[in-house]
Amino acid sequence: MKAAKALYATLIVIFLVAPLLVILPLAFTSSAFLTYPIPAFSFRWFSELANNATWNRAILNSAIIASSTTVLATLLGTLAALGLRSRDLYLKNQLRTLFLLPMVVPAVVLGVGMQAMFVRLGINSTYFSVIVAHSVIALPFVVISVSGALAGVDRRVERAAESLGASPWRVFRLVTLPLAMPGVLSGAALAFATSLDEVVLTLFVAGPNQRTLARQMFSTLRENISPAIASAAFIIIMGTIVIAAALLLARLAPARQKARAKKAAALAQDTVS
Amino acid sequence: MTDSFMRFDKVTKDYGSVRVVEDLDLTIARGEFVSLLGPSGSGKTTLLMMLAGFESVTAGAITLDGQRLNDVPTYKRDMGVVFQNYALFPHMTIARNVAFPLEMRGTPKSEIATRVKRALDMVQLGHLSDRMPGQLSGGQQQRVALARSLVFEPRVVLMDEPLGALDKQLREQMQLDIRELHHRLGLTIIFVTHDQDEALTMSDRIAVFNKGQIQQCASPRQVYDHPANRFVAEFIGETNLLAGKVSGVDGGRVALTLPDGSVLQADGAPGFSVGDDALLSLRPERIDLHGPADALTGLNTLRGDVADTIYQGDHLRIVIVTAAGRIIARVPRKAAEWPNGSQVVLSFRPTDGWVIAP
Repeated sequence: MKAAKALYATLIVIFLVAPLLVILPLAFTSSAFLTYPIPAFSFRWFSELANNATWNRAILNSAIIASSTTVLATLLGTLAALGLRSRDLYLKNQLRTLFLLPMVVPAVVLGVGMQAMFVRLGINSTYFSVIVAHSVIALPFVVISVSGALAGVDRRVERAAESLGASPWRVFRLVTLPLAMPGVLSGAALAFATSLDEVVLTLFVAGPNQRTLARQMFSTLRENISPAIASAAFIIIMGTIVIAAALLLARLAPARQKARAKKAAALAQDTVS
Repeated sequence: MTDSFMRFDKVTKDYGSVRVVEDLDLTIARGEFVSLLGPSGSGKTTLLMMLAGFESVTAGAITLDGQRLNDVPTYKRDMGVVFQNYALFPHMTIARNVAFPLEMRGTPKSEIATRVKRALDMVQLGHLSDRMPGQLSGGQQQRVALARSLVFEPRVVLMDEPLGALDKQLREQMQLDIRELHHRLGLTIIFVTHDQDEALTMSDRIAVFNKGQIQQCASPRQVYDHPANRFVAEFIGETNLLAGKVSGVDGGRVALTLPDGSVLQADGAPGFSVGDDALLSLRPERIDLHGPADALTGLNTLRGDVADTIYQGDHLRIVIVTAAGRIIARVPRKAAEWPNGSQVVLSFRPTDGWVIAP
C-alpha cells in the first residue's frame, strides 16, 4: 500500500513537471532548432534574447507591467479585503463574490469586454490599459490572501490597542497591518506571477509597444520555433521559482517564529518551576 | 452614594430586537472594586463593552467623573481593559507592549523607559521585557496585560473574565495579586466574571446580573447571607429553599408555616405581611444534625431521614428527606456520621435563615 502510494505520487509529480524538464535543457542548446539531441552546451540563445531588440523590449515590458500590476492590485485588493472584513457591511457575501469573479470568468470574455471599453475610452493599447487589465485578474488573489491573513488577526487585540489610546488609524498602522503583512506579501507575489504569465488579456488590450514576454513567446511560437523561446521560458520559470520561494519564506517566517517562541516558553516554564 | 464617580443611568442595549441590558442603574465610587457576576448572556459583558466604548449605548447615559461617555470614542476614554485572552500585541516585545499606551500619549522616551520598568517589576516580570508574547506562559501574559493596562494610570480598569483561561492554582494566586494591587494603588476596577468564588474573594461590591438587569448590588457578605431574591440565593453558593406561608412578622423576624404545619423562625427582608407566600433560603453549611433524642431549645428544628451521604474530602454532604422536601446539609468531617435511613433532627438558628419572596 505504502509503495503504491509512493509510486502514485511519483507519477503525478512526473506528469506535472515533465514539460518543464523537456523544455528547459533546450534553453542551452547550440543548435538553431528546438529539438533533441543537443549538439553542444551554449548560452547562444540567452545572448540572442539580450541583444535582440524585440525580446529586450518584451522583457522590459514584462518587468514594468508586472511590477505596476503588483502595486495596483495589492493596494486595491488589500483595501477591498479590509472593507469586506467590516462586521456590518450590507451585502458582504455578494460583494466578496463580485471581487472573486475575475477568477472564474473566461479570460477571453473579459478580454473582449475590456478591449471594447478601452477603445471607447481611447486608451486601448497603452501601458495603462494592460496594467488595469492585469490588475483585474490579479485582484482576487490579493483579496483571498489578505482576507485569510486578516481572519487570523484577533479583533480583541485591535480593541486592546484602541482602549490603550490608539486612534483607528494608528490601530491599523501599528497593529492590523503588521499582523496581516504576510498575507499582503503573498498576495503581491501572486499578483506579480499572474501578470507575468498572462497572455489572453494581453492579446486583446496590448498594442505592439506593450508586448510582454509571455505574449512575445506566444507569437514567436507561431512564426518560427527558435530555442530563444526555451531561454525565455527559462527566465519566466526562474522568476516564478524566486517568487514562490519568497512566498514560502513569508509564510514560514511567522510559523518559525511561533515554533521558536513555543520552545522558549517551554524553557521558561522549566526554569520557573 | 455620595461619591458617584461612575454612573449608569437607565442604560439599555438592544441587538436588533433582543434587549440585552434593560434600564440599568448603577453607581460606582472612586477606588471601588465592583464585580459584575452572572450567567452567560446576562448582559454583564455587554455592559463592560459599553463602558469601554466597544458597543454603543441604545438608551440612557454613562457618566464618568461628570463626563458623559456615550459619544466619546474608546481611545479617548482613558480606561485600561484586560481581556480573557490577554490580547497582547504578538508582533511586539513585552516592553513595547507595555510602552504602547505611553507612546500613544506622547510620553517622553526617557520617562517611558522608567515607567515600563516599574510596571513590569510590579508584576514581577521585569526580567522578561525583551521576550515576545508567544514566548510567555498564559499566566505571564496575563501579568503583562495587567501591567499594560495600569502603566498609563487610567481612570478605571475594566477586566473581562481576565482569569478565565488560567488553571485553578494560578487563578487563585492572581486573584490575590489583583486584590493587593487594588488596595495598594487605589484603583477603580470593574471586573466581569461568572465565577462566584472569584467575585466573593475580590470585590467590595458584587452586582448580580440576570436577564439584562441587576438583581442585587451589595457587599459579598450581604449578597451571600441576605440575597435579594430567589435568583441571587440560587446563583451564589448552594441553598435549600423551603416554601411556606408567612404566619407572623416581628421586626426583621419572620415566622414561616410550612405545608406540614411546622413553624420556622428566620430573618427576612422587610415588607412581608401575614398570609404572604414566601421561601426560606437555608445554606447547607448552616444546618446542624442531631439524633432524635437530643434536647434542643431556641432553635428551629425539622425531622427527617438520611437518604444519602456524599464524601467530599473536607466535608460531607448529607441528603435528608423531610416533610418540607429534600434538604442538603453540609457537615464537617469530625461530626458524627449517620447511616442511610437513620432518623435525624436538623436545626438552625433563626439568624442563619433568610426569608425571600417566592
